[in-house]
Amino acid sequence: MMTFIAGHISYWLIICLMMVGLYTLMSCSNLLKKIAGLSVFQTGAILFYVSLGKIDGGTIPIIAEGYSLYSNPLPQVLMLTAIVVGVATTALGFALIVRIREAYSSIEEDEIITMDRQDD
Amino acid sequence: MMALIIDVFLLLFLIASAIGILRARHLFAMAMMFGLYSLLVASLFLLLDAPDVAFTEAAVGTGIATVLMLATLAATRRSSEKPRSRFSPSAMIITLLTGGLLFYGTLDLPNFGDPNAPLHTEMAARFIEQGQQDTGVPNLVTAVLASYRGFDTLGEVTVVFTAGVGVLLLLKRRRKPVVRGRSNAR
Repeated sequence: MMTFIAGHISYWLIICLMMVGLYTLMSCSNLLKKIAGLSVFQTGAILFYVSLGKIDGGTIPIIAEGYSLYSNPLPQVLMLTAIVVGVATTALGFALIVRIREAYSSIEEDEIITMDRQDD
Repeated sequence: MMALIIDVFLLLFLIASAIGILRARHLFAMAMMFGLYSLLVASLFLLLDAPDVAFTEAAVGTGIATVLMLATLAATRRSSEKPRSRFSPSAMIITLLTGGLLFYGTLDLPNFGDPNAPLHTEMAARFIEQGQQDTGVPNLVTAVLASYRGFDTLGEVTVVFTAGVGVLLLLKRRRKPVVRGRSNAR
């Protein structure tokens, strides 16, 4: 039981982290904070993958004399791509926020929804 | 065991700074918390034997994302969030449900750092045994990224290019219709 908890506690903490991000995304009405929440959620997913690739007693996956046990390089490669793509989508989100601010002069979701209802 | 303790400690720090992002009223403070959060993630990657991912997170996540967030703050000229009651029950229910499902999903996972997990014995073993002979690169992450899974990187470049074009199109200054005779008024 103890080894099970010790072997899984980092996954559980990462899930807590992702859920904080998800709650930020859904409950905050400020658009910038929503994007920050989305980033937190995404970083949590990336951390989860990289944790899966870790091997006890292993070393970083660079071939060198005197080492035989290496951590798994595959999740690291996939997450390297995910980080860069994540920042690209975040940048797109920020650009959308700047445009929304130009059009509505507000970046609060509920104010924008109220303005849209008044237009209808 | 020591690595696990540091891992759990850093993760607790991360959760604390994520809650800091959630609760920060002042958006500038939130941007700074976000930079701190990314830096902690980068150090955690280093602990998980992923130096390449740590470099990328430190440069792209901590550097570029924080600078972009500050630039957006400057462009929107809004420094603090509107105060209002914060607790949202429906969001909390969805969050708890999702978290519960993910928690249930972890119960079948092999232990953290288990060298006999199926993930480590099939493909990764081949990369580690033959990677250097196949590609001539001792850094296996680079070998897999640029050689075995080169098409992934091509796809990544496509996504980054599309996002860049999207940002340029969104932020392109639209020329406002100029009323004749008033164009020199300002």
